Amino acid sequence: MASVDMNMPILIVDDYKTMLRIIRNLLKQLGFNNVDEATDGSSALQKLRDKEFGLVISDWNMEPMSGLELLKEVRSDSQLEKLPFIMVTAESKSENVVAAKQAGVSNYIVKPFNAATLKSKLNTVIGNF
Amino acid sequence: MSTPVRLDELDEQIDALVRNSGSVDPAEIADVVESVMATVSGDLSTVNQRLYCEIESLARFIHTAKAEIASMRPDEIKTEHLASATDELEVIVGQTETATNSIFEAVETIEQLCGQMDEPTAEAVTNAVTTVYEACGFQDLTGQRITKVVVALQHIEHKIEGLLEAFGTEFGRHMEAAGGTAPSDAPKRPGKEDRPDEHLMNGPQRPGEGTTQDEIDALFD
Repeated sequence: MASVDMNMPILIVDDYKTMLRIIRNLLKQLGFNNVDEATDGSSALQKLRDKEFGLVISDWNMEPMSGLELLKEVRSDSQLEKLPFIMVTAESKSENVVAAKQAGVSNYIVKPFNAATLKSKLNTVIGNF
Repeated sequence: MSTPVRLDELDEQIDALVRNSGSVDPAEIADVVESVMATVSGDLSTVNQRLYCEIESLARFIHTAKAEIASMRPDEIKTEHLASATDELEVIVGQTETATNSIFEAVETIEQLCGQMDEPTAEAVTNAVTTVYEACGFQDLTGQRITKVVVALQHIEHKIEGLLEAFGTEFGRHMEAAGGTAPSDAPKRPGKEDRPDEHLMNGPQRPGEGTTQDEIDALFD
């Protein structure tokens, strides 16, 4: 009962190539193969404006545009405002989570995380698959 | 010149003058005025001497401090030790990334072979591969922690640079006196840019300091 489009384009954003590869591989194991990458908020925003994505999974701490800034840009863009956005970050202080929630994040995952947590958050944000 | 008198003696002299109103000897007034002047002059001289001693002591302290700081060779700490430590840490980040990529290559190859395995074996191998992927997150987290240390070292470097600039040529003189050379002009490392969410970028938190995933999940329920 696949209520989710498993071919939806997903954009993962992280300045660490290792983390991009981890998330890409975990998504692949879950059945998502249409994955694109960006290494900072600024280039991610450009990709989001150039192509339609179904989900963004983003790190927070990046230069020159952070994940929070990217999230705010997305939420203030009428074409992107409804885009599901999951923050995956090592920033685990409660003020970070609150700031991200106030900015409109769909869900929040703290690093280090496991495959089960990623799947659970995907189910919450985009539906069961 | 009169010798300094005590204040109570002065009071007595003035009282005597008041009592003898109308028949005061000008010489007595001159004596009293001289006594007062001697007392005031004595006080000022003591204050000046104490002030001078304090300033001299402070100057000696500053001179000693400068010599001690110069003997620590802050120019070397800045240009050699800190720069070297920063470079070493950046190499660590690079080498762990290379090693992690090698692990990925190997594990991705194993994962591709799962198609040739029977189902229970493939499932067991896939689970093991997933665990390896999850564990590889260490490179990202250690990288971020090392970056925090590098930023701290750069901060110390800037402080030392400020110290060297503040002391200027005088510092070079102290170092030459200590048998060294004057501070060099090493290039300044770029500082972290000011960002709107700079105050929120402090991760990763140490164990027990941050919010747990369960606590975060509760905020989204």
